[in-house]
Amino acid sequence: MSQTTVEPQRPPLIDLLAGYPRERDFFDEAFSTGAELLPHYARFVEAIQKLGAAELKRRRESCRRLLHEQGITYNIHGETNARGVEQPWQVDPIPLVIAPEEWRSLEAALIQRATLINAILADCYGPRELIRSRRLPPALVFAQPDFLRPCHGIRPPHDTYLHFYAADLARSPDGQWWVISDRTQVPTGAGYALANRLVTSRALPEAFRSCQVHRLAGFFRDMQTSLARLALRQADNPRVVFLTPGPYSETYCEQSYLARYLGYMLVEGQDLTVRDDRVYLKTLSGLEPVHVIFRRVDDDFCDPLELRNDSILGVPGLLEALRAGNVAVANALGTGLLQSPAVMAFLPGLCQHLLGEELKIPSVATWWCGQRSARQHVLENLDRLPVRPAFRWDAPEPEPLPELSAAQREALARRIEFQPHLFAAQEQVELSTAPSWGPDGLRPRPVALRVYLVAMDGAYKAMAGGLTRVAAASGLHTLSMQHGGASKDTWVLSQEPVEALTLLTAPGGGIELRRVGNNLPSRLADNFFWLGRYAERADATARLLRGAFSRFTPENTAGALPPLSPILQTLKLPAGEEDSVAAASVSESDLWAVVFDPDRPGSLRATADELQRLAMFLRERTSNDLWHVLSTLAERLAMPAGTLGLLAGDAVGLLNQTLLSLAAFRGLARENMTRAHGWRFLDMGQRIERSIHLCAFLDHALGSPDADNPSVLEAVLEVADSSITYRGRYNLLPNLGTVYDLVLLDDTNPRSLLFQLNQLVKHFERLPGERENALPSPGQRVLLECLTALRLLDPRDLNRLQSGWQESDVGKVIQQIRLQMPRLSDAIAASYFAHSTISRAGGSADL
Amino acid sequence: MTFDVVHRTLYRYSQPVTVSQHAARVEPRALAGQIVADFSLRIEPAPTLRKTRDDYFGNRVCFFSIHEVHSRLEIVARSRLTIAAVTPPVLSLSPPWEKVVELFSDPVSPEVVEPYEFVFDSPLLRASETLAAYAQPSFPAGTPLLSAVLDLNRRIHADFKYDRVATTVATPLEEVMEKRRGVCQDFAHLAIACLRSLGLAARYVSGYLRTRPPEGKPRLVGADASHAWFSVFCPELGWVDFDPTNNLLPESDHLTLGFGRDFGDVSPISGILTGGGKHDVKAAVTVSVL
Repeated sequence: MSQTTVEPQRPPLIDLLAGYPRERDFFDEAFSTGAELLPHYARFVEAIQKLGAAELKRRRESCRRLLHEQGITYNIHGETNARGVEQPWQVDPIPLVIAPEEWRSLEAALIQRATLINAILADCYGPRELIRSRRLPPALVFAQPDFLRPCHGIRPPHDTYLHFYAADLARSPDGQWWVISDRTQVPTGAGYALANRLVTSRALPEAFRSCQVHRLAGFFRDMQTSLARLALRQADNPRVVFLTPGPYSETYCEQSYLARYLGYMLVEGQDLTVRDDRVYLKTLSGLEPVHVIFRRVDDDFCDPLELRNDSILGVPGLLEALRAGNVAVANALGTGLLQSPAVMAFLPGLCQHLLGEELKIPSVATWWCGQRSARQHVLENLDRLPVRPAFRWDAPEPEPLPELSAAQREALARRIEFQPHLFAAQEQVELSTAPSWGPDGLRPRPVALRVYLVAMDGAYKAMAGGLTRVAAASGLHTLSMQHGGASKDTWVLSQEPVEALTLLTAPGGGIELRRVGNNLPSRLADNFFWLGRYAERADATARLLRGAFSRFTPENTAGALPPLSPILQTLKLPAGEEDSVAAASVSESDLWAVVFDPDRPGSLRATADELQRLAMFLRERTSNDLWHVLSTLAERLAMPAGTLGLLAGDAVGLLNQTLLSLAAFRGLARENMTRAHGWRFLDMGQRIERSIHLCAFLDHALGSPDADNPSVLEAVLEVADSSITYRGRYNLLPNLGTVYDLVLLDDTNPRSLLFQLNQLVKHFERLPGERENALPSPGQRVLLECLTALRLLDPRDLNRLQSGWQESDVGKVIQQIRLQMPRLSDAIAASYFAHSTISRAGGSADL
Repeated sequence: MTFDVVHRTLYRYSQPVTVSQHAARVEPRALAGQIVADFSLRIEPAPTLRKTRDDYFGNRVCFFSIHEVHSRLEIVARSRLTIAAVTPPVLSLSPPWEKVVELFSDPVSPEVVEPYEFVFDSPLLRASETLAAYAQPSFPAGTPLLSAVLDLNRRIHADFKYDRVATTVATPLEEVMEKRRGVCQDFAHLAIACLRSLGLAARYVSGYLRTRPPEGKPRLVGADASHAWFSVFCPELGWVDFDPTNNLLPESDHLTLGFGRDFGDVSPISGILTGGGKHDVKAAVTVSVL
């Protein structure tokens, strides 16, 4: 039984909260000014006191591990690296606790604010009464790059422009909550709030249970319901997709997490197409209708035809589909308009006018220079007020006040006078502090809270919780994740016991059994195919390199060892069977380059990087294990260039590890992926790549004057991973006929060429659209030609020759298949991944 | 006077286009003094879907998409327009330019809320102190607005050389200022950005010129392609057109297609293609007197 009264438990209290230095100048979320623990923190503190400091530390570690296992990350954008670096998401296990009555008033205030913002948006994109009556300065609309003129007059379902809204809140020293920024375009972070809840409730289950915390699932269920209701004419089974800007977006991981939780397919602009004013998803089996788009792509990037024409993230023709009422987009396009802090100054008046109420939560003091009086105030206080662009205010976190020299101030004043409407100044908020994790117990850290709301039948519902961000140190008031801040869960306490709810099973009702997942978008099929090809390329390269390193000794450099040259040739290193000087010029460092040089095409490192990139694109379609295997592989190979201290033996060890990782990858793919199209394309990619590499190596081996030398044949068996099979089958030294039979024609050997081709034929038969045609498709034609030629071979012919093996029938067929396999790959791409690049057609200039 | 306009645009693609979506703004809008008697638009290959409506600025826009594989696209717009000759306003009777700027300052005067849209930066045009400084000699204190604009129009014509190869659709204004060369689009943009830098409202007008001049008059520059000029807002008179490329005030030889904040709002044809590789475009305009 949980206790309802706080018993003074002195010793552990000293452990955790002793030295909690209440900062006198700030509001603290847990302690009164008299340094007494506030009642709503009591149960939580009691629960963690019971755990004690050591246990809490252990729990924090488990919290970190859980995040890592879930693969929750955040992309940090460097100056040189647009792709960003994935950083683990930092979660402080100590939640921010909010009392029930406090929450009720916050919730009411934010519902009012969302309603107000929606009403203003409806007016700006509709009648524009507010401008005509001069309640809203026209410059706030007309001068904003976020006012999307082509969207004027497009009415969203239920006139809900703002479907999903977030507000950033901070609490000043007097205990008053302030809105520091409004997120009206594509509010981010709800997925992180969910992840925080997941890890915190698992790390501190006792505290979570005893505190009666409101669940988050209800909010996400409301989101699902309200998004489904946006579908206009297809009420039955609407398809909602989650439109992402792609893996390079800062919060891609969060988007993927959220999409998975909500059960929506994560799509990019290029996965969608507009035909006859309807939006469709491009899948392997054709176009499938889309009814609702929940987007994370910025307003003006959504339709290159009518908005920014340089955007590659959008869907051309989307606006026309919206006008036709065939699709709904949440949030409506153009909602970024009210993200500008310049609007804040007008909210109290607009609230009175539009809702007939007082604005319930104030905004942080803002002066927009487009107003004469505000401009005067800003110009007189340039030394004190941070001035920033009034529009496209994308970094709302308070930054340290920049120290301006007198000359800089003068230049700024001049720019403000020239185009005053482009500037605004905002008061810096002193954030409140809340107990946060520290190595020696709980410490006060500045926090800010982001709260989310969703529109539901014309009203708004708030998530009972939110994303609390924590500054990195006590003095700091910067909350940006880009600058090393952390986040924590937000516990809104309930006065009644809370009902447990999860989205993972449908509430009540029967569940339809499904054997096939949602149809695969062509772009993902493309990625799976290349994932297979690169995985096999890495495997083949590692095998060749291992073969080379294990034979490469200082005495052997001059090409004295026959097996070395076909290996080096296949690795595209000068092998020189005629030219021993060239062979001598291949040094161990050249081999290292094939391992580590990221800029060398086909190097193991470059291939592993490519694998990791593809795995990122497929993140929401593959297991976390698969992702970890490939990330670990890439990390291991991303060693610094200085490999001078490494020995050939180290290389063999590293290559063995690489091959093990790749075997793990194949095992996961084979045992854990359903036999749907994703797996099929992955396997086809692997088979094609394996055939290409095998043929390339066999071609070089047969071209060697020592092709019949047992040591070369040993190498063939080794590269084809068939040594054990051979030894089990023939108790004799390798011989041309038997070796080539095993690696070419033995259909029980999963490494033989025939086995690859047979598998490809089976895959082809199951591809969508391949069976309906009377005539074979171009890809099938290529495959059948190769298969027929291969089947008619008799490798024993090789034994009858003394030299010139490359010119034999076997040699010719190997060359033929080596040439044909890339054509097969192209044919598959043309049939299934044909979402060729989109370009824009400019008109001619006016002359 | 009645004119027949034929505006032909031909695209050729180096690789087949599988899907294309276009927006064409090639239908002249009806205006006081401009009657659109007839209009037809031929598109080849025939679009799967085609719709015409008014855009945000009230210009006619035709959206069309083609879903068959094609490697050329031809768009032919034919219009018959009747133009009533405008009597140019008496420029010197317009209000002093500073009074007009004053109307646009905070709080905005109710009568200029509509033109207020054209005071601010637009996607292709940014106000700057350099541009304000360039315009300044035409705007001595107290000068009537339209007299000052006429002088700016004249100076642009005198200072800049018409050159079809110096710039492209995408050349920024800074580069035009530096090279002192360009085409009608650049000159109209320059004038608009100068006027906005002073706090005035100006807009971009796209249209056509008659191809063959009346007896005894020189042929106008830009007559065999689509043309562009600008309009400035003057209280009571409304929008007044100026053509810096030909250093004149349009009377009856300028046929208006539409207007917007800059070229981007009225670009005659813009499109998004799937496939297509490289493309080349040829446009030809013939304006004949009926």
